[in-house]
Amino acid sequence: MVNSANQFKIDARRVAADLRHRGLIQTAFGKYEVARDAKKSAFQDWQSARQASAEIKWDAINHLDQYLQSLVAKLEARGTKVHWASTAEQAREIILGIIKQKNARSVIKSKTMTAEEIHLNEAMEQAGYDVVESDLGEFIVQLRNEPPYHIVFPAMHLTRGDISELFQRELGSAPTNSPEELAMIARRVLRKKYLTADIGITGANFAIAETGMISITENEGNARLTAAMPKTMVTLLGIEKILPKLSDLALFLPLLATAGAGQTITCYNTLYGGPRQSDECDGPQEWHVVLLDNHRTELLADAEQRDALHCIRCGACLNVCPIFRNVGGHTYGTTYSGPIGGVITPHLRGLQDWKHLSMASSLCGACTETCPVKIDLHHHLLQNRRNAVKEKPALFERLAYKMFGFIARKPALWLLAKKLGRIIQPLQKVVKGSVLDPAKSWTQTRDLPPVAKTSFKEWWRQHQ
Amino acid sequence: MSERDEIMGRIYAALQVPAPRPGSHDRTIKGKGAGGKSASDFQPFLPEAGESDAEQIEHFRARCAELKTDLHLVSSPDEARMVLGEIAGAEKWKRVATHNGTLTDTAINRLGLPVLNTTNGYDVNELELCDAGITECDALIAQTGSIVVTSRDSGGRALSVLPPHHVVLARRWQLVRDLSVGLECVHNKYKADYPSMISVVTGPSRTGDIERILVLGAHGPKKLSIICW
Repeated sequence: MVNSANQFKIDARRVAADLRHRGLIQTAFGKYEVARDAKKSAFQDWQSARQASAEIKWDAINHLDQYLQSLVAKLEARGTKVHWASTAEQAREIILGIIKQKNARSVIKSKTMTAEEIHLNEAMEQAGYDVVESDLGEFIVQLRNEPPYHIVFPAMHLTRGDISELFQRELGSAPTNSPEELAMIARRVLRKKYLTADIGITGANFAIAETGMISITENEGNARLTAAMPKTMVTLLGIEKILPKLSDLALFLPLLATAGAGQTITCYNTLYGGPRQSDECDGPQEWHVVLLDNHRTELLADAEQRDALHCIRCGACLNVCPIFRNVGGHTYGTTYSGPIGGVITPHLRGLQDWKHLSMASSLCGACTETCPVKIDLHHHLLQNRRNAVKEKPALFERLAYKMFGFIARKPALWLLAKKLGRIIQPLQKVVKGSVLDPAKSWTQTRDLPPVAKTSFKEWWRQHQ
Repeated sequence: MSERDEIMGRIYAALQVPAPRPGSHDRTIKGKGAGGKSASDFQPFLPEAGESDAEQIEHFRARCAELKTDLHLVSSPDEARMVLGEIAGAEKWKRVATHNGTLTDTAINRLGLPVLNTTNGYDVNELELCDAGITECDALIAQTGSIVVTSRDSGGRALSVLPPHHVVLARRWQLVRDLSVGLECVHNKYKADYPSMISVVTGPSRTGDIERILVLGAHGPKKLSIICW
């Protein structure tokens, strides 16, 4: 069994050299950048909007206790059943329990990364339920049996040709080269599912403490149908999604759409405040909201990195990250990839097993600069590195630096080391990058400049 | 202890240490308590929407054109009915769905097509067979070219999203400046007794999931028409 760090290296090396992948990603992000910049410039003051959103999220997260209680009280007052889950396992059990209790067979899901985080689909499929993803991109990756490539653009690593082949194989459709026809094939298949599904599962982008509502942002209308047709609706909500006021959405909806997809606002932004009410003609009879902790309170306890909980999952930091662009989304091997994934995954899944994601950064700071809620991403990556070493010191490295320090402080030893270096360096070339090389992980891809024939001190003496 | 108490306990404990304020990661300022910002604090940073009525209508028109929303600004209810009839003919509608409402009632009567009314409940398979869903809305938003529909005043959750063509009938006075005002309208209209669904709809359903190429009508309506007088 290869550990996650080695798997990351293997996949990164393979994907970085894949020119087809590179072409697809560059084109997709190129289009994204053009659209995003156009919509950013429509803001009267983008930077101030970022600062305002950071302050609102700061308020929300730093008073999470008050806001969460208000949210829950308001939800319950309108007939919504609220469940609390400390762990992924508990959340899965709660949702499976609801499905079982309803004697349900089929489940339709709208896009939710939180459900990916708790591996809900696998659990439901193992329990024998028919689960269908309704977002087009998610539907495509579900048919391919793979996780979403990107938190906002799940199928961006595929061409229309790949998707046409997939649909021919899995759905028996005719081959086509048109994205529109492909979308219509999925539309026809999923229509039937909406009408027959017993349970609709959604995520949420925001939860409004003031009014007890959740807000779902989407473009396709699949979440609206998921929340309209089935008799039972289940919403999985990370506790950090809170916003204090309804009016905050006037800022966050355009901010999320601009940073996430280069749109002023997405097509559907829908607030849900309860199950079907007595004067309404449709909607689910029951609505269950499952509040998920799953290590979020541990991140909350780290005051230094608490602002990572401000994340609105727009994916903007992934889109600008040079590492993401080179290694691709699947290489990260985790639900949340890119810079935000590098920051939060070590908190959610263990620092020592996932610290390599915090190393996978050029520290260029593009992520911090683009983040619409001003999370200090690249500094948090550094803090994770520091914490990882503090927790589990790298003994060989520490010894090497101790020795270097010792030699560098003694002129006689330093002189000797320089002389020896000139003799040893050519020998090092023989073993460079091989298993015999003690510094192979460094020298494999790098050349040490040759030690000068004469040192500066010697040169000075000769020329005086 | 319940799971709720466990989680709330961890939150209380975690928040004992204050976090640095955004934009000031080098120093810690103790929070003043729950409060937050009001919309007027950030409204000047957001995309413009025009000040006068005429400017806002122009803004709305421009956004609709970008979004491929089919907008008809007409001058009388009669003209609105005429436009609706023309759309029905051009799209060869055989059957439409609607809900009870002052604007929808009069417009539908003259259409001469079989109508499914969702107000007192309906069969979802029949709604699926309708060519269009005709609804009212709570507000039009100049800043974004959006309309606001609700489960109470727009015929339920499905009427405005299941049929392939969504037609909105609206009055000019329903046009508001921006999203803040739109949300405030909804807040003031319903107070604590709000509908279970409130949706800000901006253009026909769309996706860019295949090679980032825009396709209309992913799952919701392929066409969105707004008839406003």
